[in-house]
Amino acid sequence: MIDTKVDLPGLQLKNPVMPASGCFGFGREFAQFYDLSQLGAIMIKAATATKRFGNATPRVAETASGMLNAIGLQNPGVDAIIDEELPFLEPYNTPIVANVAGSTMEDYEEVAAKLGKSTVSALELNISCPNVKEGGVQFGVDPELAYTVTKLVKEASAKPVYVKLSPNVTDIVTMAKAAEEAGADGLSMINTLTGMRIDPFTRKPIIANQTGGLSGPAIKPVAIRMIHQVYQAVNLPIIGMGGIETTDDIIEYLLAGASAVAVGSANFKNPYICKELIDQLPDALSAHQFSSVKEIIGGVHHQTTST
Amino acid sequence: MQREWMTIVAHQSIANQTYLLELQGSLPQFVETPGQFVHIQVSDDFFLRRPVSIADVDSDKGSVTLLYKVMGKGTDALTKKQIGDKLDVLGPSGTGFPIDELMTNKALLIGGGIGVPPLYCLAKNLKARGIEVMSILGFRSREDVFFTEKFQSLGDVHVATNDGSMGTRGFVTDVIPQVDGYDTYFSCGPTVMLKGVKEQLKGVPGYISIEERMGCGVGACFACVVECADEEDTKGYRKICSDGPVFRPEEVIL
Ligand SMILES: Cc1cc2nc3c(=O)[nH]c(=O)nc-3n(C[C@H](O)[C@H](O)[C@H](O)COP(=O)(O)OP(=O)(O)OC[C@H]3O[C@@H](n4cnc5c(N)ncnc54)[C@H](O)[C@@H]3O)c2cc1C
Ligand SMILES: Cc1cc2nc3c(=O)[nH]c(=O)nc-3n(C[C@H](O)[C@H](O)[C@H](O)COP(=O)(O)O)c2cc1C
Ligand code: FES
Repeated sequence: MIDTKVDLPGLQLKNPVMPASGCFGFGREFAQFYDLSQLGAIMIKAATATKRFGNATPRVAETASGMLNAIGLQNPGVDAIIDEELPFLEPYNTPIVANVAGSTMEDYEEVAAKLGKSTVSALELNISCPNVKEGGVQFGVDPELAYTVTKLVKEASAKPVYVKLSPNVTDIVTMAKAAEEAGADGLSMINTLTGMRIDPFTRKPIIANQTGGLSGPAIKPVAIRMIHQVYQAVNLPIIGMGGIETTDDIIEYLLAGASAVAVGSANFKNPYICKELIDQLPDALSAHQFSSVKEIIGGVHHQTTST
Repeated sequence: MQREWMTIVAHQSIANQTYLLELQGSLPQFVETPGQFVHIQVSDDFFLRRPVSIADVDSDKGSVTLLYKVMGKGTDALTKKQIGDKLDVLGPSGTGFPIDELMTNKALLIGGGIGVPPLYCLAKNLKARGIEVMSILGFRSREDVFFTEKFQSLGDVHVATNDGSMGTRGFVTDVIPQVDGYDTYFSCGPTVMLKGVKEQLKGVPGYISIEERMGCGVGACFACVVECADEEDTKGYRKICSDGPVFRPEEVIL
């Protein structure tokens, strides 16, 4: 028997696979494709204090091995999410991770406090969205701000907090340590990398916001490197994400040091991807001579080259 | 909505850079309204799917017909697919023209370029319900014109070309003043065209089909939103891929 269970703060996962925030809405759309109870957990779309319209369109562009997006955290606001979206997901036997976003410290505090009283199992603190001008970004690239906002959110609610790190920094370990010192229960990495595309015919950026966040297989090596670095320096469990499309990708993330993984933009290509990965995982683990997910975590071999 | 590997049963060039693609599978039996689309994964070389409207449904053959224009890498790669090949298709997607609720006796259809295909499916449906159909179809040039005879078999057709090489020189909006007798209009085409049509036909009941770049195509990613005109609306937006692509012109801000 292959054991795919993973225990993380606030999250008892039957398997390590969950959809990533912003790529799965609030689950409704995907519920028409398969039973959401099969998922390890569900990371729902960002919640802000009040409803947000987001950026102008076009908001997405295709890239080699990935895509750019500048949605701009569009969401109906935390109250509507609690009243209208969570009740849909509650009947599924799957932990919900709420993504907390904002422009100011007070926003983060308010959203965390409200979600703290809801049925979600954990909070994912989004201090890494590259697509909102006010706030957002700075919290994710300045270790002091990251520390302060994490601490504030920890105090505002009793739920375990996973801080979602931005890859748009020179030193990811400093950011991870700031989150750890502030009392984070786990890390979520990585968010998208800031990128841009220009249409040679119109000579204009394709995305109305000009820049967007790069996701997909193109960013996987960056995520693996960062998780590998952070795993060695920090004592927090990591939920890994960035370009996951196959069970081998999942094993690679686990080896690098992730305890669970999230699948983002691959859901757009294949709406069944999370279910398929969950179904295939036991056989894939056997094929690599593993009998549980737990034994893989951080198992990368450090080969010393001898001459 | 489902994901299916559909078989290509017809694929041919019908005008300048314009192709007819017929796909067979079980998806056609789920098509509910004209104006719905399919989301195509052209090949593994592409990260995103391509939305293409359903231009016709043949329930006997279990096939859908798509008409597409080469606009970039994805549609260009699509032209290389051959009869017998399988294509990864998601659909039927979106909410089309609400044909069951219509109160119309004579419909005016206004299509521009690749906005023409979904109107063909609509025209056939309207005609089958005994509703009179009149169409204004706009293209860049004579070489780009397609399907006008098919529309002619369903009602009057007026063609506009930007360069005047066929029909009226100019845009579909230059032809609208030449026609009358309709009580409802249906339009699909580039957003600038829809804006012009909406402005010109203020007061006439209508439906427009909007295009936007898509991520998921199922309503989960918020890539394709359009602002809702009603300031009191609790959501403030509509998703083109799932709430639309068809809307009442007064419902959204173009
Ligand atoms: C609901 C809907 C129905 C459509 N129906 C038809 C149809 O029946 N026939 C037809 O020829 N075209 C149709 N289009 C437009 C068609 O989707 C684009 O022309 C096509 O995606 C271009 O792909 P490409 O790879 O050739 O271009 P590229 O520029 O290489 O594509 C890059 C990315 O941009 C997106 N994109 C580029 N242009 C558009 C566009 N105009 N609209 C939306 N996304 C775009 C692509 O999907 C892809 O994600 C429809 C679009 C929508 C939204
Ligand atoms: C369209 C889109 C919307 C996203 N929205 C959010 C969001 O609201 N909150 C968040 O923390 N991350 C958001 N992300 C980032 C993803 O959760 C994920 O970190 C990233 O896409 C990398 O994973 P992937 O390569 O598997 O897509 C979004 C990504 C995409 C593509
Ligand atoms: S394309 Fe994702 S919501 Fe419409």
